[in-house]
Amino acid sequence: MFDLFRAKAEAVSAEVHRVPAGTQALDLVLAVLDREGVADAPGARAVWCEGPILGALLDRGALARRFPGLSFEVTRERAAESRVGITEFDWALAATGTIAQDATDPRLRLASMLPETHVALFRTSTLLPDLDALLPRVDPRKARYLACVTGPSRTADIERVLTIGVHGPRKLVVIAVDGEIGAA
Amino acid sequence: MGAPDLKQRVSDALDNGSLAGALGRFNEAYVASRAKAYAGIDFEALRDELVAVKGRAASRLEELATQFTEQATAAGAKVFRTSDPQEVKRYLGDLCRDRGVRRIAKSKSMATEEIHLNAFLEKQGIHVAETDLGEWIVQLAGQRPSHMVMPAIHLSKEQVAGIFSREVKEELAADIPGLVALARRELREKFLAADLGITGANVAVAETGTLVVVTNEGNARLVSTLPRIQVAVVGVEKLVERLVDVGPILRALPRSATGQLLTSYVSMFTGPAPGADGAPKELHIILLDNKRTEMAKDPRFAQALRCIRCASCVNVCPVYRLLGGHVFGGVYTGGIGAILAVWFDALKSSNDVQSLCIQCGSCTPVCPTRIDIPEMIVELRRRLVKEEGQPFMQKAALRMVNDRRLFHGLLRAASKVQKPFTKKGMIRHLPFFLSGMTEHRSLPAIADVPFRDRFLQIEQPAAPTGKAALYAGCLVDFAYPGIGEAVVKVLNTAGIEVVFPEAQTCCGAPARYAGAFDVAARNAMDNIRAFEDPSVNWVVSACPTCTVALRHEFAATLRSEGQEDWAVRADALAAKVRDFSSLAKELVDAGRLTVEAAKGLEPVTYHDSCHLKRRLNAHEPPRALLGAAGHELREMKDSDTCCGMGGSYSLKFPEISAPILRRKLENIRATGVGTVAMDCPGCMLQIGGGLDLAGESTRTRHVAEMLAERVVGVTPAG
Repeated sequence: MFDLFRAKAEAVSAEVHRVPAGTQALDLVLAVLDREGVADAPGARAVWCEGPILGALLDRGALARRFPGLSFEVTRERAAESRVGITEFDWALAATGTIAQDATDPRLRLASMLPETHVALFRTSTLLPDLDALLPRVDPRKARYLACVTGPSRTADIERVLTIGVHGPRKLVVIAVDGEIGAA
Repeated sequence: MGAPDLKQRVSDALDNGSLAGALGRFNEAYVASRAKAYAGIDFEALRDELVAVKGRAASRLEELATQFTEQATAAGAKVFRTSDPQEVKRYLGDLCRDRGVRRIAKSKSMATEEIHLNAFLEKQGIHVAETDLGEWIVQLAGQRPSHMVMPAIHLSKEQVAGIFSREVKEELAADIPGLVALARRELREKFLAADLGITGANVAVAETGTLVVVTNEGNARLVSTLPRIQVAVVGVEKLVERLVDVGPILRALPRSATGQLLTSYVSMFTGPAPGADGAPKELHIILLDNKRTEMAKDPRFAQALRCIRCASCVNVCPVYRLLGGHVFGGVYTGGIGAILAVWFDALKSSNDVQSLCIQCGSCTPVCPTRIDIPEMIVELRRRLVKEEGQPFMQKAALRMVNDRRLFHGLLRAASKVQKPFTKKGMIRHLPFFLSGMTEHRSLPAIADVPFRDRFLQIEQPAAPTGKAALYAGCLVDFAYPGIGEAVVKVLNTAGIEVVFPEAQTCCGAPARYAGAFDVAARNAMDNIRAFEDPSVNWVVSACPTCTVALRHEFAATLRSEGQEDWAVRADALAAKVRDFSSLAKELVDAGRLTVEAAKGLEPVTYHDSCHLKRRLNAHEPPRALLGAAGHELREMKDSDTCCGMGGSYSLKFPEISAPILRRKLENIRATGVGTVAMDCPGCMLQIGGGLDLAGESTRTRHVAEMLAERVVGVTPAG
């Protein structure tokens, strides 16, 4: 099922990685922060909305020293000035290469939507066949803002020419983590 | 808006070269990407699911609206239900005043287009920014969307660059990534500055009070998150019963709309989710009825409420492809737009727009909820005729074709006077007011001896093994009697006796498609009387339009006219009706007819007539017959796209019919064959006439004529 997920997500221009455990996922995220040139300047910052997958592995102080523009406080202003946003997702859907998230917490939406590069982590074990399999598992009274993301933001509104990155991210990096929660 | 105005708008659209180019390229790319997106999906099973889900919801709108209101209110939303567009405006105007709203960011909402909300808000001094790229482009251009999914499909990148240049007061290049980047920059400011966000919804779930919004750009996510107040304006037809009902809708909508498996973003919100930085958030949901409940109660039009606004109907429409959505459609574009406009505006407002439908039926097989748009358009025409009467010329023309003696007499007289205009069996120019009929194609000459007279000379088999009654139809009878003779020869060869009921008359298609159901019903009754012969096994016609009339439309027309007794007789007749190729194929399969393949035949191409392909589902039989006769088939591109004939449509809108025909001729030419086979004499008239006028030697032939040369009898066993 993961091969299908990867094929479908890559077909819509997502960058897909799969790692055995959280530590490798962390290395990948840091590599993206390096690659994107995150720095303490408007438009070059990064926001990290912590979650259960990597939360226990984060040494916030060390990370903030290594990436001066990185913040774990996700505010509207901070997200709007960021080049990279990092969030964790609750499910993935193989048939369409989609990741899905209970985004009731507005910080998840801000960090996923406003930066140009969005890094999204999910646990491989939460991979479902498709949206039809997800719908019976969510309770909208709890998940008040359910967000499904399939590739980066796109448009074909001018002459039907596909153009990536309109209002949301231009790049979507998806990292599937195999290991136990917080495991090294 | 009267007819001259429509003609002018049609002519302007046709003169706009970039429009046809853009729409033509789009149409071709769409067909391929849709097919790819549906690979591996059982489309018919998905349609079954969707018809059930949306049909159930449409029959319970009131209950579902109540349930939705309760659930969304319990989740903290404020729900305002109204049937009146003015009330929506009042509600929003008051809300903006109360909350001090100056700036609104809006994601796509067709319901707000329907009620012309932006104009109202701007009159209140509120700045409204459309944030969907296409919507923003048409907003800046002061236009309305020309397509439900791609609002600016009618504009070129050069035109968009011009529109953006005026907005930012800077000369911009016609470079699409650059233009998109500019939109991102400009609109990001507007998202962040907005006090209030307006979204629509693609689905509203009654059991949970959830709204589902799909976008590719991500603008609805920003509109529903950044401003402190969110308003969703939702038509009640978006309601479904359960959350799981969202599944089949989202399996179909992106595939049918843009050829995607899923849009980049699907957002489902239930009540107001917490706002950014802990700010309180308000969610107002406006459930708009605007005659939808009334529509749900109309048995002929309730199906339109199943529409999920994917626009696949317009994407495959040959008329939309030429005219675009500013001419063909209202707020909602294309044929479905013409229908919705009747409810949202008034019956008369759709009068001219609906007349643009050529009735080719290209839209019916692609609709994910099986809406029959052509059928609803005919029903609209019926009601217009009931309400306003028939136009004088139409009435006169129908009277002529329905008085068989008069019509036949006229045609025979015409066949005498046409001689000076006839060349190799074709009429190239007609004098005076008839010249329009030969402007884009030649017409076949009227036969010296009509089929009905030729038929009398044909000797029938002495010991027949079955009996078929032949329905000729006007074109076979008077223009192409050879087709009728070929049909008789094939059936006789199979040992079948053919009879020609003399009392047969017009099939009623011209009257029905013009909305004159009383005339069509009389035609149906006359023909039922003529063909009600228990000794007949089949009623066969070599004209698919006539076959559809006999097989499907007699009963429907009679039921519409309240003639249930006659309709039952029509049903009995319908069971015996076959198009020529389907019957011939049945006989071959049953071993009653043998086709001998000839060697060294030239390859041919085949044109699918609209009625045969989409109403009679006979795509395969003619191909099988041609193959059996020894012809190599070289398929043309879009073999089942309309040739532009559409019966009297080609006389009413020759300027639309001509470019549709041109495209068909180009596709025929590209195959490089010398013969184009088909099953419809109407298509032969159109395509043959087009080829003749272009001075081309390519021949049009009816499958019956080609088969008649290759059939041999089978001696009945035992």
